[in-house]
Amino acid sequence: MTTTTQPTPTSPGQKTVTAVSHVVLSLWTILIIVPLLWTLMSSFKTSKEIFASPFTLPAQWNFDNYVSAWTTAGIGRYFANTVIVVGCALVIVMVLGAMCAYVLARFTFFGSRLIYYLMLAGLTFPVFLAIVPLFFVLQNIGLLNTLPGLIITYVAFALPFTVFFLFPFFRALPDEIAEAAEIDGAGEWRKFFQVMLPMAKPGMASVAIFNFLGLWNQFLLPVALNTNRDNYVLSQGMASFASQAGYNVDFGRLFAAVVITVVPVLIVYAIFQRQLQGSVTAGTMK
Amino acid sequence: MIDSVAVTDAPPVVRRKKARRKLTFDRVSFFVVFLGLPLAIFLLFVVWPFVQAFYYSLTDWSGFTPDMSFIGLRNYRTLLKDDIFMTAFWNNILLAVVVPLVTVVLSFVLATMVTVGGTTHGAARGIRNSNFYRVISFFPYTIPAIIIGILWSQMFDPSAGLLNGVLTKLGFDQFASFPWLGDTRTAMPASMFVIIWGFVGFYMVLFVAAIKGIPSDYYDAIRLDGAGRIRTAYSITIPLIRDNIQTAYIYLGILALDAFVYMQALNPGGGPDNSTLVMPQRLLNTAFSKGQFGLASAMGVVLALATLTFAAIVFAVNWLTGGREQKVKR
Repeated sequence: MTTTTQPTPTSPGQKTVTAVSHVVLSLWTILIIVPLLWTLMSSFKTSKEIFASPFTLPAQWNFDNYVSAWTTAGIGRYFANTVIVVGCALVIVMVLGAMCAYVLARFTFFGSRLIYYLMLAGLTFPVFLAIVPLFFVLQNIGLLNTLPGLIITYVAFALPFTVFFLFPFFRALPDEIAEAAEIDGAGEWRKFFQVMLPMAKPGMASVAIFNFLGLWNQFLLPVALNTNRDNYVLSQGMASFASQAGYNVDFGRLFAAVVITVVPVLIVYAIFQRQLQGSVTAGTMK
Repeated sequence: MIDSVAVTDAPPVVRRKKARRKLTFDRVSFFVVFLGLPLAIFLLFVVWPFVQAFYYSLTDWSGFTPDMSFIGLRNYRTLLKDDIFMTAFWNNILLAVVVPLVTVVLSFVLATMVTVGGTTHGAARGIRNSNFYRVISFFPYTIPAIIIGILWSQMFDPSAGLLNGVLTKLGFDQFASFPWLGDTRTAMPASMFVIIWGFVGFYMVLFVAAIKGIPSDYYDAIRLDGAGRIRTAYSITIPLIRDNIQTAYIYLGILALDAFVYMQALNPGGGPDNSTLVMPQRLLNTAFSKGQFGLASAMGVVLALATLTFAAIVFAVNWLTGGREQKVKR
């Protein structure tokens, strides 16, 4: 490792360090990009081509694998299930989480701190501890193996994170504006939806993105609580597809399914890239 | 003003007490919906199962019959004697030791290179293309964990995988069909690599953000004193982003004590000789395949205790190595 003790911008040691930095960072970037590009390339190959060599380009660039993954392998169905479950859960958890964080942040009442710490505990305990009893809770209310059951479970487990993250945003909102709204005759409901919630928008956006990624990637909850194949979400569908592919040897289709799963998230990431990287800061500097 | 130093650990936010207001319909319905509804869901689906799990762990419940007898700590004794569970336990501990350490060090080094690597003169500036490196590194974080697992299990494939392809091209013929995930010596390191690959970018971005928050005067001052890069990182950067490192460490530790998704994708059966088996895999198997829900709940409790112990150790280490004074100075 080269170090320089001379703080002059053009010293040779300086240049070496910069060069080393570039080399290391480039290597890391290659390590990230190459597997992704290789997956993309393989998704166009036939299984025979995949086994022939990991390097050769596909003989024909067509979307056969994609069509086959989407229809025959049921990825289309899993995709639709995931959109429904993640969409509903995201909306519900954002509304409930914002309401709960708002009450906890802006009102002091008996037990408010206890609730806050209970949420914090819910954030740190491993989901695995809850999974067995949760199975029976859902069974008892008749929601086991159903999409609504999965949605409400997603909501419940995303709630602590949402409340915890939104809490400082609501706490930081100025009192004067809330008071002005009160003087104008707004009740608690209107004050929240028309005054406070719009002001917490930046926080809501960041939490929504993190919740989207977290819920889209959720694996354990569906694997344990949603065992009906028709209701599979994408992550568990992919897992069962991958273990089957080992026997059916249709790897081209598997790679195509991987690309189908990754692309929506990469699009969301590309759109919100700046926002997301900004909120990483906001979330941890608090 | 009788007792002006009322002790409270709430942040010093000056806010008027609003408790003495009248209970109108608007207010009552507001509290019922805003607090009652989320809390009810949270209690029913999160808190209640956790509480039940502790109780079930003390019973011999099979899950399918209502019969359940209280057997005290016998489940825990069974676990201690269960070689496969203990293998899984130690695998998780190994993951919790290696994964956070390597990830934090690697992402810190990369973050330092991106931010202060550019120049040791003047304010902390990034090197050229720093934004590009950051965006690309963050990619894996957005990819679902199960997909990361599937993708790498293909990369590691003995005959058709890219890794062995590249190694053979480079002349390492002994890797021609080496089973990275099927050999007891390499299965665990390869699995660890996959987890680390997925998380370095995220923590790198986090550290970059934290480093950029450090006032440049600090860097100017230490450079005037003639400190080099390593010295600067050691005396300025690390102490000032201590809290971020602690957060990263705890999150990564919790993740490593779980690691279920990755292991399930890379080696669903627990790997060669159970060398990559983790507690959650054993737990699900015990509960849903063998129908030993009491025993499975005990495994869950062990997992939870391991997580809490890990967090406590991280807090303690941070405190003992000077995190205390840092809080005051900042």
